Amino acid sequence: MEKNLKEYWSKNVTFMSVLLVIWAVVSYGCGILFVDSLNAIRVGGFPLGFWFAQQGAIYVFVCLIFIYYIYMQKLDREYDVHE
Amino acid sequence: MSILTWTYIMVGATFSLYIFIAWISRVRDTKGFYVAGGGVPPLANGMATAADWMSAASFISMAGLISFLGYTGSIYLMGWTGGYVLLALLLAPYLRKFGKYTVPDFVGDRYYSDIARVVALICAIFVSLTYVCGQMRGVGIVFSRFLEVPVNTGVLIGMAIVFFYAGLGGMKGITWTQVAQYTVLIIAYIIPAVFISMKITGTPIPQIGFGSHIQQGQYAGQFLLDTLDKLNHDLGFTAYTQPGAKSMLDVFCITFALMVGTAGLPHVIIRFYTVPSVRAARLSAGYALLFIAILYTTAPAVAAFARYNMIDTINNKPYAEAPSWFKNWEKTGLIAWVDKNNDGIIQYRAGKAFKGKPKFSGKTGPLGQKLVTNPLTKSPNELYVDRDIMVLANPEIANLPAWVIALVAAGGLAAALSTASGLLLVIASSIAHDLYYRMINRKATEKQRLLVGRIMIGLAVCIAGYFGINPPGFVAQVVAFAFGLAASSFFPIIVLGIFSARTNREGAICGMLAGIIFTAAYIINIKFLGGKPWFLGISAEGIGTVGMVLNFIVTILVSSFTKAPPKEIQELVQSIRTPRGAGAAVDH
Repeated sequence: MEKNLKEYWSKNVTFMSVLLVIWAVVSYGCGILFVDSLNAIRVGGFPLGFWFAQQGAIYVFVCLIFIYYIYMQKLDREYDVHE
Repeated sequence: MSILTWTYIMVGATFSLYIFIAWISRVRDTKGFYVAGGGVPPLANGMATAADWMSAASFISMAGLISFLGYTGSIYLMGWTGGYVLLALLLAPYLRKFGKYTVPDFVGDRYYSDIARVVALICAIFVSLTYVCGQMRGVGIVFSRFLEVPVNTGVLIGMAIVFFYAGLGGMKGITWTQVAQYTVLIIAYIIPAVFISMKITGTPIPQIGFGSHIQQGQYAGQFLLDTLDKLNHDLGFTAYTQPGAKSMLDVFCITFALMVGTAGLPHVIIRFYTVPSVRAARLSAGYALLFIAILYTTAPAVAAFARYNMIDTINNKPYAEAPSWFKNWEKTGLIAWVDKNNDGIIQYRAGKAFKGKPKFSGKTGPLGQKLVTNPLTKSPNELYVDRDIMVLANPEIANLPAWVIALVAAGGLAAALSTASGLLLVIASSIAHDLYYRMINRKATEKQRLLVGRIMIGLAVCIAGYFGINPPGFVAQVVAFAFGLAASSFFPIIVLGIFSARTNREGAICGMLAGIIFTAAYIINIKFLGGKPWFLGISAEGIGTVGMVLNFIVTILVSSFTKAPPKEIQELVQSIRTPRGAGAAVDH
């Protein structure tokens, strides 16, 4: 039981870290650090870096939370800690 | 029907709805009063959180700010949404499992210390009070422009409404009115945006529209953003879609401070205590951000449309032919024009037209413009436009029907009132629950505690109203404070409290104090003493990021040198990591 809970927790932390990396890449990466080089690429009327900063990052944020919810639903059941 | 009649109808109808909801959801116990009985469905909590979070600043000011800042305005868009990812992944599920009423509750219990509880309590009250003053002011502005009553009367009406539903229904009343308020504010934001997007680009979806071609006028056939880049450049501003207004490091730090600050704001965190389970907490964070994103992805489109419309309709046009919205807002003192070169034509250029906010002499010029007494600048710019009016004026600028303009007024009020009520509840619960019940009178009965809670809401409403009527000159400055303090005080010790069982009382207290003192000193030095941003040029808005890092470092270091927390605390940390047995929030 003890060992199982440790495993549950480490799987949770690993998955969460992956999502946080994506979170940082779309906002701080695409929206801020690499904005100049991405702005050279155009999608319709949007320079891509500008689009990430004012639109794209927010869409990704929403997806990340729902993905985490779905993953944790599964993990909770797998380790029998669900409510 | 006139705009005024429509506005009375819209505002009257929405206010009656809020009062009706408050009456049917009135409560009799503290659990209903503080956490809405712990039974709010995730979807409703998502809507309530979105309304709670989107304040007068989001609804009224944000698009205006972005309109003037262009790309750099993204700090608000990303900063005020990205925090929800942190909230959903790092905080909400665990705080829900922990299951108490307030943030100081968690800090005080997890760090087994009343000192930590008091520090958290003071921060919670300070952050919420700062915030609520701005909301009351927003209520006043909407009333004075759209209902033509004095700002003060507007604030008083707003106070009465909030007191009624927050005092009667506590968290339960607030939650269900916030659900209604979200509906009102999002409709009020989307409808004019769709109208304007159709008008300028022919695309009904604003998120796509601002990346499309302009339909009519001298720029027809060009991409809207290209036109804005060019107009900005010609008038002497930074290109609309390009960085440049702030250094990259500063943009980075401000965005981060806003994200972490959002995740640490007590009125947002306590919303996750109201759902029935850990699963519901995770899900409702997703819904909350989804509902917020609907407004936050529309705002940059509204900003671009407003910028284009404003330049297109008034720049280089004779004052005598200025549209009626221009003169309406001039009356309220939020627009001012000085004819520097005496040609009777409005020239809008980069730079400030004159120093500070307009001070009107009471006299009018030859063309009927209100004259100001401010010292003029050398800039060729002749126009002062308050950023806050862009969203409110936008429907008028675009010549939309009267009912749309009235709807925007109702939406602005919904945004301000919903946030104000959430904040007032935090203030009331901090004093009535954390201070009175937890530290002064542990034997208080349910009835006494409920009464104290209601009295505190009344008191908080009065304080907020006072500052709404007599706004201290520093309201704009203190917003940096609210986020900086939330980021540098709560966020690190809550995260460490969950993810590191080794973090102890000594570490948390030293960390919080280090974070708060550093951040507060830095902001006070810049905002009030006129000092320079001495740390790598990071502005006051972004310094919360550094304060947060400092808090993390100090907490971890001090914890590692001092005694590990007692066994029962380590067990508590283990138990909040698994969802099972969350049950309802408890108060002992």
